[in-house]
Amino acid sequence: MAASGRGRRVATRDFALELDRFADSGSLGDGLARLEGRSVLLAVGDMAKAAAALIELDGVARQIVLCPPGAGADSLAALARAAAADALVHDADAPAPQIDITTRVACRLPLAALAAPRAARFVTEWAMPTSGTSGPPKLVAHTLATLTAAFHPVAGQRWATFYDIRRYGGLQILLRALLGAESLTLGDPNDGVDAFLVRLGEAGATHISGTPSHWRKVLMSGEARRIAPQRVRLSGEIADDATLAGLRALYPNAHVEHAYASTEAGVAFVVCDGRAGFPASIVDERGEVALRVVEGVLRVRSNRAALRYLGADAPALKDCDGFVDTGDVVERRGDRYLFVGRRGGIINVGGAKVHPEEVEAALNAHKAVRASRVFARKSPITGALVAAEIVLRDGAAADEATKRDILAACRAALPAYKAPSFLRFVAELPMTDGGKVARHG
Amino acid sequence: MRHIPQRGATPVMTTRLTILAAIGEVAAEQSKTLAPLSDDLPLMETGLDSLCFAILVARLEDALGTDPFTAAGDGRLPSTVGELIAFYDNALV
Repeated sequence: MAASGRGRRVATRDFALELDRFADSGSLGDGLARLEGRSVLLAVGDMAKAAAALIELDGVARQIVLCPPGAGADSLAALARAAAADALVHDADAPAPQIDITTRVACRLPLAALAAPRAARFVTEWAMPTSGTSGPPKLVAHTLATLTAAFHPVAGQRWATFYDIRRYGGLQILLRALLGAESLTLGDPNDGVDAFLVRLGEAGATHISGTPSHWRKVLMSGEARRIAPQRVRLSGEIADDATLAGLRALYPNAHVEHAYASTEAGVAFVVCDGRAGFPASIVDERGEVALRVVEGVLRVRSNRAALRYLGADAPALKDCDGFVDTGDVVERRGDRYLFVGRRGGIINVGGAKVHPEEVEAALNAHKAVRASRVFARKSPITGALVAAEIVLRDGAAADEATKRDILAACRAALPAYKAPSFLRFVAELPMTDGGKVARHG
Repeated sequence: MRHIPQRGATPVMTTRLTILAAIGEVAAEQSKTLAPLSDDLPLMETGLDSLCFAILVARLEDALGTDPFTAAGDGRLPSTVGELIAFYDNALV
């Protein structure tokens, strides 16, 4: 991949990759030649190495298998099997993974001069795990074409993301940087939101991407005004009206948008009107992205979707018309569709179905609530009841009066069986590595 | 009604009051009108629906530390207010 341009860089907290150096330097050294035409498992310890290896492997490897951060030996073995990986790129500074692959190349930074230029002969497939929360993650195959089909690169943008670039959401931002952005600033797993915001301010980040949960942490942070973004981008979870309104108020000069995307379906659309959900008018089959709603669930067909699932027992990714079933349940209200939750996440209260996400949206609309997590509490009478954990906004009192007020507001907004029957205050919500509210447990 | 206090156990009279108070709270929160409560009033005639009942059982689990409905197995389930109170008394012994 051509990643050229004077002065352009990808910076983690501890390392800055200067992109123009890839013309004659690399992190994989002479070992890269041994990876030609292979299915390469990429399992390195940090994002700077991952970015360097991706730049070098594209065109040389037949397939790159992006391993998510922190993947243990079992996960790596499963990924290797599903992708039939026959080579491994590992971290020069860490113990080599215990996995049965003999062709191994260490990834090392800083970049070292190359003896010979890279020969890029393949249209490399990029394989990555889905972020599915139920069961083991499935592996999908993309190419650079599907991964970049949604872009219209514009000069002068300084991008940043809360995401890890080894997952689809973060990879999208890395590719934007490699294809023309001025710079990319990445986080560090050991830094909190405050430290990251300080770095983003210093880097002058203009376009910043994260999940609604990441952005809610920003709304709670004392360093939120270190940044002056032009574009605030949310994706990965349902963007509720309360979070969108909070961001518009905090950054009045920014364009606030939420992107609907998944590892399987790709980036489907971006909503820029500041409201949750999306206009019903975009559900049609014209253009690059075709949308359908089938039995209340959104399906997408586009040139940004993954090609297929990988692995011996892999299911079909697309239906007979080429549509990917997103698993996201949508509900039409007037001229708009709202996201009400994941198909698998339903809480069953005496036979009546409740999506945790719609209850969270109602909770988040309350002025004392910054973030919430709704989950099932087992009941011998109705099977389950709706329970909630709340993170309060600064200044709100964590007392019975606040609790009663929040619950009363929910009962006014929702049918009785959907309003939480139990509520507790917590300091923070459990999150997945991908920056989304963790729903199990 | 038992009058034998067990060491460390909740005294019997407090269990009754706890349950009656919880019934009142749940009815108020769920905007239900309660019938006048007496020991022989059938639970189905109290004014509480199954959602209210489920919430009541969960609240009592939090307050008293026991959920005799989950532990019930093949035993008889209570059908009146008095049987409900006895159900919890027996579980707390």
